[in-house]
Amino acid sequence: MQNLELEKIASQIRRDIVRMVSAVNSGHPGGSLGCADFLTFLYFEQMFHKPNNFTMDGKGEDLFFLSNGHISPVWYSSLARSGYFPLSELATFRKISSRLQGHPSTDKKVPGVRMASGSLGQGLSVAIGAALTKKLNKDKSIIYVLHGDGELQEGQIWEAAMYASANKVDNIIATIDFNGRQIDGDVEQVLSLGNLEAKWQAFGWEVLKMDGHNFDSIRKIMQRAQSLIGNGKPIVIIMKTEMGQGVDFMMGSHKWHGVAPNEEQLKLALNQLTETFGDY
Amino acid sequence: MIELEILGNKDTRSGFGEGLAELGRTNPDVVALCADLTGSLKMDAFQNEYPDRFYQVGIAEANMIGIAAGMTIGGKIPYTGTFANFSTGRVYDQIRQSVAYSQKNVKICASHAGLTLGEDGATHQILEDIGMMRMLPNMTVIVPADFNQTKQATIAIAQHQGPVYLRFGRPVMPIFIKPDAPFIIGKANIINEGSDVTIIACGHLVWKSIEALKILIEKGISAELVNMHTIKPLDEEAILKSVSKTRCVVTAEEHMINGGLGEAVAQVLSRKLPTPHEFVAVNDSFGESGTPMELMTKYGIDTKNIVEAVEKVVSRKS
Repeated sequence: MQNLELEKIASQIRRDIVRMVSAVNSGHPGGSLGCADFLTFLYFEQMFHKPNNFTMDGKGEDLFFLSNGHISPVWYSSLARSGYFPLSELATFRKISSRLQGHPSTDKKVPGVRMASGSLGQGLSVAIGAALTKKLNKDKSIIYVLHGDGELQEGQIWEAAMYASANKVDNIIATIDFNGRQIDGDVEQVLSLGNLEAKWQAFGWEVLKMDGHNFDSIRKIMQRAQSLIGNGKPIVIIMKTEMGQGVDFMMGSHKWHGVAPNEEQLKLALNQLTETFGDY
Repeated sequence: MIELEILGNKDTRSGFGEGLAELGRTNPDVVALCADLTGSLKMDAFQNEYPDRFYQVGIAEANMIGIAAGMTIGGKIPYTGTFANFSTGRVYDQIRQSVAYSQKNVKICASHAGLTLGEDGATHQILEDIGMMRMLPNMTVIVPADFNQTKQATIAIAQHQGPVYLRFGRPVMPIFIKPDAPFIIGKANIINEGSDVTIIACGHLVWKSIEALKILIEKGISAELVNMHTIKPLDEEAILKSVSKTRCVVTAEEHMINGGLGEAVAQVLSRKLPTPHEFVAVNDSFGESGTPMELMTKYGIDTKNIVEAVEKVVSRKS
């Protein structure tokens, strides 16, 4: 897909995100905006998946897990925009009886979601489990999982990291949304991750880095990651992003991690994001 | 008094091990995960026969639950094995989000439950696990009574779609349920029919209740004994049928008085058939080191306590 086309999709997804959270005066726009380019690339170029025929087992398909479930707006928009469910459903986000819960869940059977997430640190283990089943089923497709950087403070992540390399779970590509922010402030201040690259390397993972707002960089690294599948090591990508990317007043701080824009702020945000495929 | 034939003596965890090995042979979707307690859980037979379907995860229970949940995606039926404490308290949030809320077909198999773990002491003697697991929506909770029933339950839960907590233990106890006796999830078994009192028990306390029956008959009390192997969903019909006849009840379990079988039964009776009820359970206390039988005596979940509870509850009948 042309970069221009991907940029158009990402712009529309960013509009969806700010409109969704603003409508219910709650939700997490910061990390959602920061991952809009990545999820656009995953759902519209990278993954082999069947949006019109969702099955829980996803046999023969690449699977995506969102471990940092609070950035559900970007995921829901990506799913709807790629055809998993009607766009109009985005208007129900966080509302009573909606399938689009504040944090993703499976109990209301929203197509595209295979595991609840929100309580942090659990998605890597889940992704490894799905990857092991792919291997047992002789299914060559790939497991993708996305994590927040603050989420890496959870101990379970490192249990999972240790397991995956020790057992050569080499059909998994984990990505870290490395925006350096978490609710209480900068990750560096709240609890420094130290040398993240060295940590993952020490845990036996193949470590790649990319710019999460540059489609050339994303494409190059995702292709590189895909070429490393089956080489005996799990793969992690440290993806540099900006929390709030695309909306100037939401960038450069942790303030918009979990705060929704009011009506006036929504207008300001939408003025910076081109409507390309029509609002929901 | 019913004459029960003692078929041997074995630990319930060995019933789990045998059931799992049989599933290995009969159900190719069953996979097993263990957190460094393969021998204690008697999972060696499965591991040796089906190494490709056995996953040693090391001392990392949270990761084990997450991996198990993920493995269901694509059709596998994961059985996780570790001690009851590390199967529940340590990983409650992982079970809550990735298994129960996500409705994943994971079988959480928990050994060394309760006081009868013995000498290791209170750090390992979980007495709250039934409560924690039965509070979770979508969770089925099963506490089989002996070796044979544990084997039956292990095999039966593979056919049940959804999360299951299967609780068993370490001590060698009499086997009194025939290998081909009916076992249906959610259907209690009547072990002895009686008219003066209903005893509802689970796990090792079923055997203790059988011992109590013999003493009660000498005291002229006819007790009906219900083996409530499934705590959730609870067999309300069996409870109401028996209690409407006997008009008083004793519950007996190797668990805290809070949250366990007794509380589940009381919930049914208080709504549908208020009845005098006495509880044989651990009274809001941690355990300690000792032999299994010493601990059962000291913490009030022994044969003698069942007999006393029966006498007390019978005297409360109006």
